[in-house]
Amino acid sequence: MLVYIARRIIYVIPIVISVALVCFLLVHITPGDPLVAVLPPDASQELAAQMRAAYGFDRPLPVQFGLWFWKALHGDLGTSIASGRPVFTEVMRAVNNTFILACTASVIGFVFGVFFGLVAGYFRNTWIDKLATGIAVTGVSVPHYWLGMVLVIIFSVTLNWLPAVGAGPGGWAWDWEHIRFLILPAVTMSVIPMGIVTRTVRALTGDILSQDFVEALRSKGLRERQVFRHVVKNATPTAIAVMGLQLGYLLGGSILIETVFSWPGTGFLLNSAIFQRDLPLLQGTILVLALFFVFLNLVVDVAQAAIDPRIKRS
Amino acid sequence: MPLPQIPLRSGRMLTAALLLATAAAVSAPGAVSAQTTLRIGMTAADIPRTLGQPDQGFEGNRFTGLTMYDGLVNWDLSSATKPSVLVPGLATEWKVDDADKTKWIFKLRPGVTFHDGAPFNADAVVWNVDKVLNKDAVQFDASQVGVTASRMPTLVSAKKIDDMTVELTTKEPDSFLPYNLTNLFMASPAKWQAFYDKAEGADAKAKAAAAWTAFAADASGTGPWKMTKFVPRERLELAKNDAYWDKARVPKTDRMVLLPMPEANARTAALLSGQVDWIEAPAPDALPQLKSRGFTISQNEQPHVWPWQFSRVEGSPWNDIRVRKAANLCIDREGLKDGLLGGLMVPATGTVEPGHPWRGTPTFQIKYDVKEGQKLMKEAGYGPDKKLKVKTQTSASGSGQMLPLPMNEYLQQALAECYFDVQLDVIEWNTLFTNWRRGAKDPTANGSNAINVTYAAMDPFFAMVRFLQSGMAPPVSNNWGFINNPEFDEMVKKARSTFDPAARDAALAELHAASVDDAAFLYVAHDVGPRALSPKVKGLVQPKSWFVDFSPVTVTP
Repeated sequence: MLVYIARRIIYVIPIVISVALVCFLLVHITPGDPLVAVLPPDASQELAAQMRAAYGFDRPLPVQFGLWFWKALHGDLGTSIASGRPVFTEVMRAVNNTFILACTASVIGFVFGVFFGLVAGYFRNTWIDKLATGIAVTGVSVPHYWLGMVLVIIFSVTLNWLPAVGAGPGGWAWDWEHIRFLILPAVTMSVIPMGIVTRTVRALTGDILSQDFVEALRSKGLRERQVFRHVVKNATPTAIAVMGLQLGYLLGGSILIETVFSWPGTGFLLNSAIFQRDLPLLQGTILVLALFFVFLNLVVDVAQAAIDPRIKRS
Repeated sequence: MPLPQIPLRSGRMLTAALLLATAAAVSAPGAVSAQTTLRIGMTAADIPRTLGQPDQGFEGNRFTGLTMYDGLVNWDLSSATKPSVLVPGLATEWKVDDADKTKWIFKLRPGVTFHDGAPFNADAVVWNVDKVLNKDAVQFDASQVGVTASRMPTLVSAKKIDDMTVELTTKEPDSFLPYNLTNLFMASPAKWQAFYDKAEGADAKAKAAAAWTAFAADASGTGPWKMTKFVPRERLELAKNDAYWDKARVPKTDRMVLLPMPEANARTAALLSGQVDWIEAPAPDALPQLKSRGFTISQNEQPHVWPWQFSRVEGSPWNDIRVRKAANLCIDREGLKDGLLGGLMVPATGTVEPGHPWRGTPTFQIKYDVKEGQKLMKEAGYGPDKKLKVKTQTSASGSGQMLPLPMNEYLQQALAECYFDVQLDVIEWNTLFTNWRRGAKDPTANGSNAINVTYAAMDPFFAMVRFLQSGMAPPVSNNWGFINNPEFDEMVKKARSTFDPAARDAALAELHAASVDDAAFLYVAHDVGPRALSPKVKGLVQPKSWFVDFSPVTVTP
């Protein structure tokens, strides 16, 4: 097993270098001036050249990449051009906020997805099934940002129950002052995973209910509630696996949702970095997110190998 | 077809689950505070830099510059009708040296202290000049140079004469220096030094960078507002500075909270829901709703110009003054204002409008007169069967660009009536800026003979000199079209070397009138800086400026 893990980690090295190279090149080949954040548009070309030299953007790209990658390997992602703050701190703060949002959205999506899926599967072909399936299809079809705006109009503008934007009075805490800022973006973000989980669990429930053991349970005289509990137990692992995948996507951040709600996560940070042409921040954020997925895949590979020895052998 | 029956037990389960699902419906308790707080939704995606020299253009200066800091020279923001002019700030008076016009003596305001209690004096001025101009100074910060040095193009150094007097030196005689100095904000050297002494770093440069980062999170200036809380990308909280040196400008509100909200609909929703009391640039579509619900829309002409800047290189069709004048006469600016922009613009008849000290008395009247425009075009050799092809480079969006595509399409249609065949070359906003610096001769112009980049007209250099003086052609500055008019050059020279403010303004008025008479630009619109305010907010005077004085604003608790 240790050899397998070591081999997987070695495989990760070229991936990390490739990811770093691609994200560096992507942000450098886009048009525009990387110093736009600290250099007003009316600055002369002369001053722009001076500033370019001061920030090292006048060096050849391979040299810039080499310096940046070497520092990144040492945990230094540089300094944001726009804010002057260390990129690592900026990214980690945003990752934390996105983590809070994504996990909350996942919990909401999972709970309601499993609920609707079970109900739809259990009452297959009834109006309840149609209602739950309809909600699921709507969830995966409706544009995020549109739903976000509608929720804001209803719950913030009209009912005045919840704040429209932001993440609270600063710094995160699990108190009502902060949680009320989380509800609308989390609900908006949860609709897609909810829809996917609903559809998965519905199909799964139908499949489980048609299996012999359910008939056997009923024949043994178990009450319907007890039979249902068995169905839930059987459906849950698959639902969790599907939700795990969805959580991975959600942790990548959502530029649209975070921008609509001014939620200071990775999507909001990326959006800001793109519009300000803040190359160090853009590179750092993309790299951290990419590495996160590389790491996630590594963990999944290792976990699968631990569970199923055939994978390890292959 | 009858619907299948649902078992009763399962129905109860369903009801319980639905109750659970709807339990999230909650109401937000509003915190009641004796203090008055003004909460503002900015268009910026991040808090503009707080360390003294803000980024994010003039929105940065508005919110984290003029609030927490002062310059040696300030803007008068007290009138909504008169042009915003210079007033003494941390300097009480200034004059150029009669013998050497590159030297200025500034007398400093006595008794001023920074928010940390340290005294403001000549040493502080020298320190603040050095932070952006002296590469050998320990506090030199490259990240502050770009946004500052470009706005003080001739300032070279500062020297202490005595505790309350400094001498500033320019590289050439420059009567515009007092305008430039509104962009240099005075940060507290003592506070910075304290951070520097505590900072960890491999060398002095690293320690200085760490000190600036710490200073940005706990800033200290001399302005009417003091920083109390800073959460990057989320909020900046300011408290009124009771000890502010200008007692007439001590804020009437206890606290001000600045929140970045880059999305216009989100800002508008935040205002409508009562989360904020004031938003910058509300979504245009929401203006009727805002007005109908009692919100106030505040706007005023800004020193901003939405133009086409003409190429004057050899072969450009705009080299014919009849063509330039015709274009200026064929635009129905009132129609643009009322039809496309919902009233959110002021028609431009020059860089500045009548009433401004630099307006002058141009003989060419920019107005809507299609017949005269057609006549000029015919004189120039064009007509319905021989249209003049012109190409304009613009962007699809961008700060200050208002609605660039619809506006340019409006111009395209309007100019077609005067025998122009306008082709638009739409490129990305930052790319357009980069091209602007490179000039009409550069391949990036892509065959365009005009460029649509809006500009700020706060001071003489940025309003006129950089476009009209031949020496300002790329790579020096923004004379994109390579205008080379000896008359303009002479006028610029005269204005720059006239140190009596009234005479300097008269010289600038001559220059402005000459540029209008020459139809140097296609002048189209001035932005009006719209902002929406809750009915609780009173006392705002929106001046003819990019900036606002928050001190007289009150908020009903």
